[in-house]
Amino acid sequence: MSARLVRLVALAVLVMVTATACSRKKPPVARPTPPPPSAGAGGAGAPPAPPAPLPEPEPPVASVPAEPTISGSSMDYNARSLDELNRESPLQPVYYLYDAADVSGDTQGVLQKNAEILRQYPNWVVTIEGHCDERGTAEYNLTLGERRAQSARAYLVSLGIPADRLKTVSYGKEFPFDPGTTEEAFAKNRRAHFVVTSK
Amino acid sequence: MTTASRTILMALVGASAATMLVVAAPQSRPAPAPASQTAAPQAPPPGQPVQPGQPPAAPQQPSEISTSINLSGGAAPKLAVPAFIAASGDAELRTVGDMLGQVVWDDLKFEREYDLIPRASYGAVAAATSMDTVAFDQWRELGVNAVMVGIVRRNASSLTVQVRVFDVTSQQSVWAKEYTASATNPRQFAHTIADEFHMDTRSLVGVARTKLAFASDRDGERARNTVENRSIKEIYIADYDGENQRRVTVNRSLAINPSWSADGRAIAYTSYRRGYPDIFVSYIYQGKMDQPTGGTEIVHNFLPAFAPDGNRIAFMTNRDGNMEIYAVNRDGSGLRRITRHPGNDSTPTWSPAGNQIAFTSDRSGSPQLYMVDADGAGQPRRLTNESWADRATWSPAPYNEIAYAGRTGPGFDIKIYEIASGQIRVITDGTGSNESPSYSPNGRHVAFASTRAGRTHIFTIARDGQDIKQVTRAGNNVQPSWSR
Repeated sequence: MSARLVRLVALAVLVMVTATACSRKKPPVARPTPPPPSAGAGGAGAPPAPPAPLPEPEPPVASVPAEPTISGSSMDYNARSLDELNRESPLQPVYYLYDAADVSGDTQGVLQKNAEILRQYPNWVVTIEGHCDERGTAEYNLTLGERRAQSARAYLVSLGIPADRLKTVSYGKEFPFDPGTTEEAFAKNRRAHFVVTSK
Repeated sequence: MTTASRTILMALVGASAATMLVVAAPQSRPAPAPASQTAAPQAPPPGQPVQPGQPPAAPQQPSEISTSINLSGGAAPKLAVPAFIAASGDAELRTVGDMLGQVVWDDLKFEREYDLIPRASYGAVAAATSMDTVAFDQWRELGVNAVMVGIVRRNASSLTVQVRVFDVTSQQSVWAKEYTASATNPRQFAHTIADEFHMDTRSLVGVARTKLAFASDRDGERARNTVENRSIKEIYIADYDGENQRRVTVNRSLAINPSWSADGRAIAYTSYRRGYPDIFVSYIYQGKMDQPTGGTEIVHNFLPAFAPDGNRIAFMTNRDGNMEIYAVNRDGSGLRRITRHPGNDSTPTWSPAGNQIAFTSDRSGSPQLYMVDADGAGQPRRLTNESWADRATWSPAPYNEIAYAGRTGPGFDIKIYEIASGQIRVITDGTGSNESPSYSPNGRHVAFASTRAGRTHIFTIARDGQDIKQVTRAGNNVQPSWSR
């Protein structure tokens, strides 16, 4: 009886996972990613706002990829080159408050989804890049970027992702995602960015 | 450069990069440059021509030189430096002569030891055609105490520059030199004259032959293997006055935080060329490179600072799980941990004697400056109580102070902490954001990066906040290091 229940639960979980995975068949979001929700907006666990199309040049691949081959229950990102993979990466960046490296509520939600993907692709090795906005000193921001990358990594490790699959690098404020000097641009630049380095 | 070394170099960095990496070897300092300078008698007897190639005469007493130039009591002597005389009449040599006069004038002006009479006012004075035709009466009418007269002569493959300073009242030569060297970079004659004049007459170590290293994105190169559009930086050098700017690294990735070695022949910097930050020491005149801090994909190293002894390098590393300061010999031996604290310790700088290190730490909750013994023993002492303080740079002797970037609003200003008194003064004026100070080797000037002119550029400023000068013009330029 209890064994049967366990099997039922396991089946239910499998169905849910499959449903979640299948919902990923939608065309991946073209980078750049949308700005993060501003601090305080959106409840924890709320789905991210639908990405607004940005007037960026299309990446040099078909904008609507062919329907992916279904392999098991997941879309086969492994069929792509690393460059293609990172251009349309399923691993979402996470964002931080000014001069902070805490993994807070919204950030945890994104990292949990990234962890799910990393579990689906157990061969992926990922570098977590820590970035800062331009307002601090260049030197101190090397430390802040390191703290951001390390806190994202520690959270993923706490979710069971093997530490040796997660490398970090701090770029300080050297590589802003948005060169603007508005608060909106700064918010996009205070980030941990995920790059798949081998698969 | 020998064919062999060029071949090695090209193998290292690729033929196209070779010319960028290799620059003319510097004239070693403090030995005067140009290297093949002919030793000339100092302050020959009045009226006697300088004898080229003659062994140096017994040096005269410096006090005599100083006394004879320092004519006006406490006030700085009024000095004129007209265009140097071209020994032959060709236009090219005249251009060199004009340039030499201007550059010596600029170099002397920079240290404020002499009251440099503006060159625009020299039109009323008949130009000398030799050392014997100086119009002393006219210089005196202009209010000049002393005039520097130079003659430049072209040899088969070199230039010879003779220079004298005349006391306008006595009409006697009080300082004389002669130099013969390659014509490759004639500005170097002027810089050498200025430095030696300052040394002989003021016992001052001038900075005319020093250089600035900095990181710049001016070439518009992009990081490879990234989806985002990322502008990389490489390390560049320039003369202290902004001339002769050139790139000295070929990372094709981010290269930042340059620090000159004491002998001016190597630059340590943070490079991401292997995909992670590690410290490289580039011997820029040899095309040789060391990697002393043992970086890996896990162990990252940043922010090198060469010690005054020219051997030790202090740096920041993540190897203990957070940022700590370590020091290592330039060959990778003698690794020693300097700080140990759960907070992050960053951006080290050495005291002039090399026995102390100042650094930034966030252990109090915000970035502040601390100092600690360089052997790592003892407790660090907190120096600042700013909203944000970073990039300490310890002044050379005789000044006993630390320059840093302190937050003064949305941006930063360059501040100076006087170690003995604990007093702090601000030397920039709140225009733009001003970061990453680096002292000149005589401690009288500070180079820094500022957004005051739009993009980020390198500037120099006197330690009292006067005489701000823009050094770079192209791209964004950050994190200057002033050579010793």
